[in-house]
Amino acid sequence: MLDLLWLIPAAPFASAAVLLLVGRRMPRKVVATLGVVSIAVSAIVSGLVAIAFIGSPPPGNAYDQHLWTWIAVGGFHPGIALYLDPLSLIMTLVVTFVSFLIHLYSTEFMAGDEGYARFFAYMNLFVASMVMLVLGDNLLLLYLGWEGVGLCSYLLIGFWYRDPANGRAGQKAFIVTRVGDTSMAIGLFLLFHMLGTLNIQELMARARADWPVGSGLAIAAAALLLGGAVGKSAQLPLQTWLPDAMAGPTPTSALIHAATMVTAGVYLIARTHVLYEIAPAVQLAVAIIGAATLLLAGFSALVQTDIKRVLAYSTISQIGYMFLALGLGAWSAAIFHFMTHAFFKALLFLAAGIVIEALHQEHNIFHMGGLRRELPVAFWAFLAGGCALAGLPLVTAGSYSKDWIIASASPSPALWAAAIAGVLLTSLYTFRLIFLVFFGTARTPVSKQPGVAEQIPVWVLAVLSIVGGSERPAYRPFMAHLFGATPKPPEALSTIAAAAAFFTGLVCAWYFLRGDAPATNPLARFWYAGWGFDWLYGRIFVRPVEWAARVNHNDVIDSMYDGLATLARFVWRGLALTENGKLRWYAAAIAGGTLIFVALVIFL
Amino acid sequence: MPGNFATASDVIRFLPEIILAVMGTLLMILDPLLHRRSSNAFGHLSILALAGALGGAIYAYLNGGPAFGGMLMVDGFATFFGVLVIVAGILTILPSYRFLARQGAETSEYHALLLFSVAGQCLMVAANDLIMVFIGLEISSISSYILAGYLREDKRANEASLKYFLLGSFATAFFLYGVALIYGSTGTINLAGVNVVLSGPGAPSLVFVGVAAALMFVGLGFKVSAAPFQVWTPDVYQGAPTPISAFLSAGPKAAAFAVFLRIFTTAFAPIGHGWEPLVWASALLSMTIGNFAALQQSNIKRMLAYSSIAHAGYVLVALTARSEVGTAAAMFYLAAYAFMNIGAFAVVSHLSGKGERYQNIEDFSGLAQKQPLAAAMFSIFLLSLIGVPLTGGFFGKFYIFKAALESHLVWLTVLGLLNSAVAAYYYLRILVMMYMREPAEATEAVEPLSPGLRLALIVPAIGTLFLGIFPNWVLDFAGKSSVLLK
Repeated sequence: MLDLLWLIPAAPFASAAVLLLVGRRMPRKVVATLGVVSIAVSAIVSGLVAIAFIGSPPPGNAYDQHLWTWIAVGGFHPGIALYLDPLSLIMTLVVTFVSFLIHLYSTEFMAGDEGYARFFAYMNLFVASMVMLVLGDNLLLLYLGWEGVGLCSYLLIGFWYRDPANGRAGQKAFIVTRVGDTSMAIGLFLLFHMLGTLNIQELMARARADWPVGSGLAIAAAALLLGGAVGKSAQLPLQTWLPDAMAGPTPTSALIHAATMVTAGVYLIARTHVLYEIAPAVQLAVAIIGAATLLLAGFSALVQTDIKRVLAYSTISQIGYMFLALGLGAWSAAIFHFMTHAFFKALLFLAAGIVIEALHQEHNIFHMGGLRRELPVAFWAFLAGGCALAGLPLVTAGSYSKDWIIASASPSPALWAAAIAGVLLTSLYTFRLIFLVFFGTARTPVSKQPGVAEQIPVWVLAVLSIVGGSERPAYRPFMAHLFGATPKPPEALSTIAAAAAFFTGLVCAWYFLRGDAPATNPLARFWYAGWGFDWLYGRIFVRPVEWAARVNHNDVIDSMYDGLATLARFVWRGLALTENGKLRWYAAAIAGGTLIFVALVIFL
Repeated sequence: MPGNFATASDVIRFLPEIILAVMGTLLMILDPLLHRRSSNAFGHLSILALAGALGGAIYAYLNGGPAFGGMLMVDGFATFFGVLVIVAGILTILPSYRFLARQGAETSEYHALLLFSVAGQCLMVAANDLIMVFIGLEISSISSYILAGYLREDKRANEASLKYFLLGSFATAFFLYGVALIYGSTGTINLAGVNVVLSGPGAPSLVFVGVAAALMFVGLGFKVSAAPFQVWTPDVYQGAPTPISAFLSAGPKAAAFAVFLRIFTTAFAPIGHGWEPLVWASALLSMTIGNFAALQQSNIKRMLAYSSIAHAGYVLVALTARSEVGTAAAMFYLAAYAFMNIGAFAVVSHLSGKGERYQNIEDFSGLAQKQPLAAAMFSIFLLSLIGVPLTGGFFGKFYIFKAALESHLVWLTVLGLLNSAVAAYYYLRILVMMYMREPAEATEAVEPLSPGLRLALIVPAIGTLFLGIFPNWVLDFAGKSSVLLK
């Protein structure tokens, strides 16, 4: 069964290729079927592979599927090979399964859109790239997937390209993450150059063997990779692109900018965790970045007015939790939170999509209200997702994963306090959102109820958001093969503190955060603007570049290239003269050439 | 073995040439019988003949070895190029159906000549002595001269044919003179024999054999359109029927390069330092002249002709490396080039219309809107010609420049890479036309894609991508064959 692995990326890739080439001429039904069925194939194969893998684990608890050698030149022979171990298995399962549900949802959500085939082509391509990123057994494939998901993210943020604002949001996402990608690329080059292989497993083994703990190279490599992870996962200081990325269609936000792609940074660090173990300073930085991000984003989420931006800041904050876990060495906890987060955050986005659709593209939560009775599906979905997000103790998936992370932080009081404060913030903004949207008086009439294709994914994800954490006892030993068995941290105190924070947030939200208008005090404005990072980056980076571009308005720098072009044209003129069409000249040229060649041989 | 002229194994190893020659003759006999009733029949028959030759070539390979007392050598190298020229022949016929019908031309001689030309090339790539090389070269060339002027009523075609014939004979004379000098100085025409004499004691003076090598270089350089013997290329490619231009740039060129590789790396290996400067200079000249002359070219057939000169330059870089890696790289490159260039010419022939009216780059405006498939396939070929990763063209260039670097040809590599950057300009210009302009007269008038043309676009596209994604399979075979040459 394991040898079907290649189908998981191949099916969506093939479908994307077909849709890109001829999708525009296909009827919508066919487009939708192709788009969804290809992901269904991936999800089913992932399931079968998972059953086979867990049922009879392959030797070494990892399965390497070598498909073919791409090129073999000297010592450089990257294979097209897939690597399946507990980490990539969990990632693949979650990615394909959540993708399937979101694709199903999209068939209805995007039904009226003229770019129907284009949408499914990009989404399929995204899934193929994401799976490639997760399953690739060498740095080349990892990077291919990494860039592939970045491309799809860009294409989908700017999906409605007729509005220049969307195009700008796409560019912002691409450019900001590019900063991180560049850092990561340098990191990969460094690893390949110093350790001489592209295979990730060998690379980790060699790093552990060759580099002592705290060595400069290990720190450099880990820090450079961290740069990439920070960009892709929207963590400090490269978090500014994600709120703007909400310009894309809502299923895109659910899939790419909540459930899967933005967690690629988490995967990258977990995959290369050996590097961080031998670079403790960088690992500590990961934890601090995570804690700081989760608080900053939490405050910003508290004052947003756009329903999707609330969720976007919440995503940044939750990934902050995952980074915190990674920084504490609780690798399994981070991946566990990735999984539960994928369920409940996808659910919240899909429910938000239903609300937005029902209210004529209304995004402002202060124009909503009273939707509890009008849109019961969205309400229950939001309640389930929100409770999981805020971590309603013992009942929801989110509480299992988050409490694990908080308990892992208990050795460090400061990080622990930050994590608990994060729970309070999460609870506050989540229930503020729910109260504003679903309680109080209705402000906008409801014009559309979700159909079956939208309801099924929502219900499935709602169930998963509640029960998706219950397999933790089985999950722990499963991952221990990979990350080493860590003693189970004492959770009682953390759970009680988190529960207290949750209920405090719930009550405070009910009493203080149900106002009719957004807060307008300076602090709220500061948080609203994401702590002024956009302003700051605008001053430090954008303005100087714009200034330089203005100064160079007349292409001072280009004049050198213009000179080259003129030279090329000049050469062309000269050469054109030689092609005068006259046979005599041609024969003379051949004879002349022969003479020169003979002379060359004789006199050299 | 004079008494025992042709054994069974000789015949088996000569199978592709026999099939092609017999079928070509058969087509001429059938012409009056089938006349006009079904002009497609000749196309079908010749594809059948080429398919048979393909099978024959593989069968010959499985029973490989020398034939006719060592005049021919059926080895991996010969089979690689044999298969290449036969496939090039098939890919030339596919777009020819519509092309000939549109120009209202006869089809029987066309196909018969094509089969003879391919037979000549098969002979060239397997030839193991200089006389066989010459015979193959002439069979291939004479058919090509006629094919270039096949559209008798077209003035440009007449001009192309005459120029090609006169200059071709002129250059071949140099080649023959070189052969004579070799025979005179070494007393043998067998390639391995020449090698033995040249590396043994009492070898003839370098000036003598060096001049012979230079003269043979002239003859072969003409065929592959390497500078400074490239002058005929733009005029002939422009005037010849478009499918024939495609054929000239793939089949005869690959076969001539095969001969080039075989003669210079077997017979002339001992005097490598003598001819290396020639190839070096010719490579640089070809790349530079080809790319810079193509820059502002408005006629697409001429542009592709200049591009063909430039690509000959890249292959010569691989030859300059004088190593097995270089030989393998050249083989890989020629295979990739055959696919991408025949594909590109197929699009040109599709768009050109009756009397080949539309040959300008502007005529491709808005093709993507009218025929997305043709535009997409053309894009693949153009990207491959530029050398964008995931296409055969990328790996071709990659291997060539890698081989050059391994042989410490740093300057040639640098200049070659700069050249390929220049080249991107004129290829991308077509992409801009196709995708960013509104449809113009030619694209409005373009006829729907016929099944033959569809195949003629899709098969080379698959080949181009295959070589870009699974380059190792072909390179492996090329690598093994290149060792045989030593």
